[in-house]
Amino acid sequence: MRTKYLVGFLVIMAAIAYLAWGGLGKSLVYYVLPSEYADNPQKYQGKRVRLGGLVKEGSVQFNPKTLQLKFIITDGVVEIPVEHEGTPPELFKDNQGVVVEGKFAGKVFHGDNLLIKHSESYKPPQQGAKLKPEEVRKLLEEAK
Amino acid sequence: MGNSKRKLTDSLSSFLLLVGFLVFLIGQYLAFKAPPDVQQGYLVRILYVHVGAAWTAYLAFIVAAVYAILYLWKQNPSYDRLSAASAEIGLLFMALTLFGGMMWARPTWGVYWTWEPKLTTSAILTAFYVGYFLLRQAIEDPEFRAKAAAAAAILGVVNIPINYMSVYWWRSIHQTATFDIVNRKLHMDPSMVLPMLIDLAAINILFVAFLRMKGAIAARAAAREEIYD
Repeated sequence: MRTKYLVGFLVIMAAIAYLAWGGLGKSLVYYVLPSEYADNPQKYQGKRVRLGGLVKEGSVQFNPKTLQLKFIITDGVVEIPVEHEGTPPELFKDNQGVVVEGKFAGKVFHGDNLLIKHSESYKPPQQGAKLKPEEVRKLLEEAK
Repeated sequence: MGNSKRKLTDSLSSFLLLVGFLVFLIGQYLAFKAPPDVQQGYLVRILYVHVGAAWTAYLAFIVAAVYAILYLWKQNPSYDRLSAASAEIGLLFMALTLFGGMMWARPTWGVYWTWEPKLTTSAILTAFYVGYFLLRQAIEDPEFRAKAAAAAAILGVVNIPINYMSVYWWRSIHQTATFDIVNRKLHMDPSMVLPMLIDLAAINILFVAFLRMKGAIAARAAAREEIYD
C-alpha cells in the first residue's frame, strides 16, 4: 500500500459521503414553493431559505441607481414580495422561473442571491417577426 | 526487440483521431451558423459541446465498467488497462462538462455553481472517479489493484442513472434533458439538432480514438515495468 494515495483516497471517500448524506440531503429540497412557506411560515423565519417560483407579471421594480430590485414571486397560489440588491441576471423578466436565496423578514423575503431557472427547450426567435418601430424604441430606452 | 521502431499509435487510431477532429470542426461550423435561442441568444451555443461532453463521459464510465466485468471474468490484464483508460477519458470529459456547465451557468442562471441535485450528483460522480485513480495508485500488487479497481468501476456506474434522473426526481435549477429519453421528446428546434448530433458523434469518435491510444500506451508501460522488475 502506498500510504500517500491511500490517504487521498480516504479523503475523497469522506468528501463523497459528506456530499451524499449532508449536501444531497439538503439539495433534494432545493427550493421551497411560496405555498409551502404559507403552510408553515414559522418554520422558515430567520433561516436561510431558497424560494422558487415565477416572477409575477408586472411586479418588477428595479432602481438602476441604488440597485434595489423588488418583485413578487408566485407559484400561482401564494404571492410573496421579494427584495433583492443587485442587477438581475439577463434572463430575469416577467413570468420567468427564479430561485431566490435569502431570509424571511416578516412577510417580505430578503434575497441575497438570485438564480434563473430556464427551460430545456431551445428555439430560434420567430422568423419574420420584425420589431415595430415603437418596440425598437422601447428596447433602446430599456438598454440605457 | 524490434518494438522500439513501432509507432506510438496504430493507423486506425490515427485515422479515428483525424476523422473525429474533422467531424468536430464541421459540427462547430454548423453550431456557429445555427440561430440564437429566443431566450438566451448566443449563449445557447455552449449546449452543442456540453451535451456531447456529458454523454461521452457517461459512455466512458459505462465502457470502463464493461471492461471491468470482462477483466473479472477473463483475468486478462489488457481489460484492466482499457478499463482504467476509459475511466480516465471519462474523467477528462466530466471535467470539461463541469467547466463548460459553469461557463454556461454564470450568464444564464446567474451563478457558477449552486448545490442543487444535478450539480451535487455531478460533483459526487467526478469525485468518485478521482477516488478510483487514487485507489489504483494506492495498491501496488497489480492483480489486487486490478480487482479492486474493477469493483470500483462497476460500482461507479450507479452514479450515472442517478445523475441523469436527478432533474426528474428532485427540484432543481438545472433544466431537464433536451434529449429527453424519459418522455421520448426532443426539445429543440430542427435547425439546432444537426450541429448538436454532429458534435456528439465527433466527441464519441474521439473517445474511441483516445481509448485505443491510451490502451496502447498503458500496454507498453506495463511491458516496460515487467522488463525492469
